Amino acid sequence: MSKLLVEERNLVIPGQEVATGIDYLPSVGTAREGENIIATRVGLLTLKGRVLKVIPLRGKYIPKVGDTVIGRISDVGMSGWRVNIGWAFVASLRLAEASERFIPRDADLTNYFDVGEYVACKITRTTVSRYIDVTAKGPGLRKLDTGRIIKCDSSKVPRIIGKKGSMISMLKEASDCRIMVGQNGIVWISGQDSDKELLVEKTIRLIEERSHEHGLTDVVSKYLEDNKQNG
Amino acid sequence: MAKAFKRNDGRKVDEMRPMEAKLGVVKSAEGSAMFKAGKTIAIAAVRGPREVVPAHKQRADRGLLRCTYDLLSFSVNDRKRPGPSRRSSEIGMVIENALLPAMDLSDWPYTSVDLYVYITQADAGTRCAGINAAALALADAGIPMKELVSAVAVGKVDGQVIVDIDKHEEDQGEFPTDIPVAMMPNSGKVTLLQLDGKITKDELNSALKLAEKSCKEIQEVQKQAIRAKYVSKEESK
Amino acid sequence: MKDYMKSLINDEKRFDGRKLNEFRNVSVTNNVSENAEGSAIVKIGDTEVIAGVKMATTVPYPDSPDDGTLMVTAEFLPMANPDFSAGPPSIQAIELARVIDRGIRESKMVDMKKLCITKGELVWMAFIDLYIINDDGNLIDAAALAAIAALKDAFMPKLDKENKLLHELSSKKLPIIEDRVPLTCTVFKIGKNLFVDPVLAEEKENDARISIGISSEGDINSMQKGGITALTLDEIDQAVELAKKATDDLRKILK
Repeated sequence: MSKLLVEERNLVIPGQEVATGIDYLPSVGTAREGENIIATRVGLLTLKGRVLKVIPLRGKYIPKVGDTVIGRISDVGMSGWRVNIGWAFVASLRLAEASERFIPRDADLTNYFDVGEYVACKITRTTVSRYIDVTAKGPGLRKLDTGRIIKCDSSKVPRIIGKKGSMISMLKEASDCRIMVGQNGIVWISGQDSDKELLVEKTIRLIEERSHEHGLTDVVSKYLEDNKQNG
Repeated sequence: MAKAFKRNDGRKVDEMRPMEAKLGVVKSAEGSAMFKAGKTIAIAAVRGPREVVPAHKQRADRGLLRCTYDLLSFSVNDRKRPGPSRRSSEIGMVIENALLPAMDLSDWPYTSVDLYVYITQADAGTRCAGINAAALALADAGIPMKELVSAVAVGKVDGQVIVDIDKHEEDQGEFPTDIPVAMMPNSGKVTLLQLDGKITKDELNSALKLAEKSCKEIQEVQKQAIRAKYVSKEESK
Repeated sequence: MKDYMKSLINDEKRFDGRKLNEFRNVSVTNNVSENAEGSAIVKIGDTEVIAGVKMATTVPYPDSPDDGTLMVTAEFLPMANPDFSAGPPSIQAIELARVIDRGIRESKMVDMKKLCITKGELVWMAFIDLYIINDDGNLIDAAALAAIAALKDAFMPKLDKENKLLHELSSKKLPIIEDRVPLTCTVFKIGKNLFVDPVLAEEKENDARISIGISSEGDINSMQKGGITALTLDEIDQAVELAKKATDDLRKILK
């Protein structure tokens, strides 16, 4: 008989049997071992229909087509740019994907993006995670030339954004900052002054640290309230 | 009749030294952990998956695990010259081989997971403490694994099979025999086995049985360390 | 964006909200490695350094037959920072070790005459080995503090009748002259402002830095300017003032 051995949303550890029987199907972070399904990553167990999955609590960002990420220009070439998006391999931003405007062939590409600058872009193609294409054309995609960049663990991104963007909206409202969270865990914060930006960073660090707790929204809203008065 | 066997620190023959494990000891690494067995302390940290340099070492079918192991110069009685040695290179390799059977890096070709293991205080069993810390660091870094690998040195001292040999026992009696063992305790598979000394087949079998039982206990300590990082805060509320 | 750090420091603000002359939390833990004659872990924010002292006997240099010797080495462990790689010491590790070596040597905080066993034949040699565990900026100050803390923690090993080293410590401390103990503060410059204790993100953007070793009596024992931007005499004067205040505070933590 098939049976779930661990309650949903509970912490699982590699090797731990999470279900027995053939009715459940393993997906990300789980594997079949004979009769049983075991966890292969540290994380929280979820069940959708019959499919078991482990939501990781930590880990390197792995590029996925359709993800909006924030990257740092690492090289300027003849016909495009190299963008470091926090994965093992850099992504390519081709000339035709860089801007809605026409970029002439003989243009100085550093006028558009220079080494060290940050860009919000979207992943359009990947092959065996080694070749990655990104585009900077599309709503919200552009060079980020003010504000601060912070690095978070990519597994925390859903909590930083919150359900239907609730957490990020709360942060924006409390700080008056513009905030963009890349799926790769790179966050851009730009506001009137650096104190506001720092408050956003500190709040995000709090979310990261306590991301596995229930009632996180209340904790964050209280933290923002307390620190607004101080400021 | 043989006199009753007594261990220097009063432990029973099948008793391990007190263990401690903790995750997240190297802030900037993707994953990290400390493992302590008695006076032996190992720290391990993981970086990656990242691009393999030099490129000719990249593999198109799977990612690599690359382990660096070393003793800090002052972790041992006679100062060890800082930097890699033949011994540390070999142990780095056997640690890799001890962990790889539990891992699947086929999703990440051309990359490597770089593992660093350092011994900050040595009292024998350093590679085993290193493996225990490394398995935790890999789990902390979110690297997929079939289970946590656990390791302990069993052996024979003065004709007696014992577990978790310390430095004093390593040099005790005639033909002290040291057998570092790493296992995937759930599946009962041995992933590291080395032996120095002199031992009969029967004694070896009972030593390995003892290692299996002990690795199960070690894995519990490892699991507890992972839970402590994520669960304790909620439960203590 | 590239000038973010510059404009922040220009406004006398820090990436993490500190003042220009303010250190992060500093902690010193002694006796962290039992086989060492002395050891310490120093944390400055997320930066972490472990230091250990080992003693050995050696033949003295002919020009100083009754003086012991010392040597500082440093290894930037590749786990500490993704930019560090395994292998022979990098130029940064060599510079750090040499700056700290000079600070300890020139301050004469270790009474070298007391490290003589038999004049002209046998003296003590102190090895001070530093390992960077995690790099979040300001490694020189953290490593220098760890080296001093480990030296102050160290006991002399015992010798047998033939002056062979025993693996046992005596109850005698290493001969340290307390008033001379130097502490190091590195002052950084971005734009027109000077500041101390950068996090890694600030350190990467620095124009220049100057490390200053100062004894408890206020004497300067060592200096090393780094970076490719020049400093004015006035800036050097300000840097010494900043370093004096910072090392006074560090000394209280060291006790």
